[in-house]
Amino acid sequence: MTDVSSTPPATRRVDPVALLAFAVVALAYGRAIWFTPPEATQGFAQKILYVHAPAAWVAFLAFGVTALAGAFWLFLKDQRLDRLAESSAEVGVIFTTAVLVTGPLWGKPVWGTWWTWDARLTLTLFLWFIYVGYLVLRGVIPGREQRARYAAVVGILGALLIPFIHLSVYLFRTLHPLPVVARPEGPAMPTVMVKTFFLAFFAFTLLYVAFVRARMALATERDALDDAAVGG
Amino acid sequence: MSAPGLLGSAWLIARKDLAIEFRTRSALLSALVLSLLAIVIFYFAWDSTAVGAGDLAPGVLWVTFTFSGLLGLHRSFGVEAQDGAMDALLIAPVPRQAIFVGKALANLAFVLGVQAVALPAMVLFYDVGVGAAWPALIGVMILAAIGLVAVGTLFAGLTANTRLAELLLPVLALPFFVPIVMPAAQATAKLLAGRPLAESFAWLRILLAFDLVFAYACMLVFPATLDD
Amino acid sequence: MTPRVEAHDLVRVFGGRRAVDGVRCSLRAGECLALFGPNGAGKTTTLRLLAGLLSPTSGEARVAGVRLPSPEARHHIGLISHRSMLYEALTARENVGFSARLYGLADPEGATDRALRALRIADRADVPVRQLSRGMQQRVAIARAIVHGPDVLLADEPYTGLDEQGATALTALLRERREAGAAIVVVTHHLHEGLALATHAAIMQGGRVVRHESAHGLDPLAYADTYRALVA
Repeated sequence: MTDVSSTPPATRRVDPVALLAFAVVALAYGRAIWFTPPEATQGFAQKILYVHAPAAWVAFLAFGVTALAGAFWLFLKDQRLDRLAESSAEVGVIFTTAVLVTGPLWGKPVWGTWWTWDARLTLTLFLWFIYVGYLVLRGVIPGREQRARYAAVVGILGALLIPFIHLSVYLFRTLHPLPVVARPEGPAMPTVMVKTFFLAFFAFTLLYVAFVRARMALATERDALDDAAVGG
Repeated sequence: MSAPGLLGSAWLIARKDLAIEFRTRSALLSALVLSLLAIVIFYFAWDSTAVGAGDLAPGVLWVTFTFSGLLGLHRSFGVEAQDGAMDALLIAPVPRQAIFVGKALANLAFVLGVQAVALPAMVLFYDVGVGAAWPALIGVMILAAIGLVAVGTLFAGLTANTRLAELLLPVLALPFFVPIVMPAAQATAKLLAGRPLAESFAWLRILLAFDLVFAYACMLVFPATLDD
Repeated sequence: MTPRVEAHDLVRVFGGRRAVDGVRCSLRAGECLALFGPNGAGKTTTLRLLAGLLSPTSGEARVAGVRLPSPEARHHIGLISHRSMLYEALTARENVGFSARLYGLADPEGATDRALRALRIADRADVPVRQLSRGMQQRVAIARAIVHGPDVLLADEPYTGLDEQGATALTALLRERREAGAAIVVVTHHLHEGLALATHAAIMQGGRVVRHESAHGLDPLAYADTYRALVA
């Protein structure tokens, strides 16, 4: 259960993955702001795409990782998997919040309204609710093993729920621009925008990895501290 | 001597839960009163000259069922926690899943019981003409109740052992009720508007799929919510 | 002959704390182990491991030669606790009958009647349990635990809440069961009651059995001194 071997050294060094992530984020946004032309109809507001869409991708990635880590934990009972689930969910909530904030910011100039019950935005909102509930649940359970077990159950069911919410809200109504990059006949955006777009995706994915690594290191230290406190 | 199988022991547990509920009647009565109150109060929350009662009815109905259902679910594991009776169930030679199925069956009876009173009450108070849509409407009720109870029973068991159980249950369970309440309310609205059942098929498919997937998944993961 | 109850190096860790740390024991039919120790010594956890209510972190527990928590092993166990494990809205007959049916007894009504008569509560059998006194409730709880004729009885602080008369009746009942061939493990603070029943006595502290001996000819007063010397 305890894996002292993975306890990090006491001296804190800056994670090279974090450095790389920040560098790529800077590169992507430098490119997005100065070197990518504004979109013809939406103007400068369209730049928010480079935050909104990659954040949404990371949000779903994060919760997928949480569900998978939880499922594997149920079989392997390895504490590191639970720390991964916990860290990924927390980082995921941050990115989901970014999606929910940038959505209205983009929506106001483009659609003329802050909030619309658009299918994908609504889905993201429910995703946020599910995983905030997940984190609240983690917060009220003191026992490490019980917490991991319960969290795994909610993580797995949450992942199962997403397609159902997607179907429901999609059937309800949809206003959202249809996919403009991942289309079979090729992206509808100019190549220069697509390159920036993918760079931003890559940057956010790296950022996700860096955040999760930092959060996991924290969780490892917390668990080690708890173990030391009970004399285990 | 051989212990009853999954369904046999689930049936015993469901019958026991219903006997307790029937003896005390506290949860069922509160749930019934709550749903009647909700139906009455919602009527005054809208301007009835601007919005027709018939347009309000489906939304009111489903919000009401969701919250009164939660009230009943919470009690489900409370009776086991009170004097440690859960230990007696766990030590008995019955499959762990039988506890889930038994509790879910009792909760299903509970929710259907509330619906059986609240639905006619709503039809009466809101003066909705149901007409030929009764069988389809009841079908929607049952489909929705199954999904609601499957997820609700699991989360009731999960939160029963935690602090803040009464707060945590709705926070965790309500997002899961979205793909139940949305299709059920939409289908109800279509049926009450006199549209043919075929127009609601897309919604009913979601409901049915949700029932199948979550009834099975919840039964599968239920043992992980038991402390060992 | 296969021992009724066996524990092989049972270890149970709760969040880094070793609540039970290498307990082993073996009881044959007709033997009774009294487990003493201060609060937090791991007595209840040991009993729950032997009942299959907890799974061990390492080691294993067997009942009638079958590894827990297999349903086949659980068939042999009757559990008595300081909590009644009853449904207070139901009558004694309904509570005991429910258990009889869960164990799949051929004649649940008959078995219920016999258990209620054995505990001398047949005349109050149709009153909701909530209206019975604490001592009466404890008798119903015992009737519930023995209705399926278990040959292993696990009792966790069964004397809590019983008056003098109730305690004497419980000791007599457990002794009768032991003489009929049941193996019994009783966890208690009460040295006198425990020793009156036991063939073996053990003292636990810090998750370990620190003293284990035959209870034959053990003087309760002298044993109390031994206990205090060990535990204080």
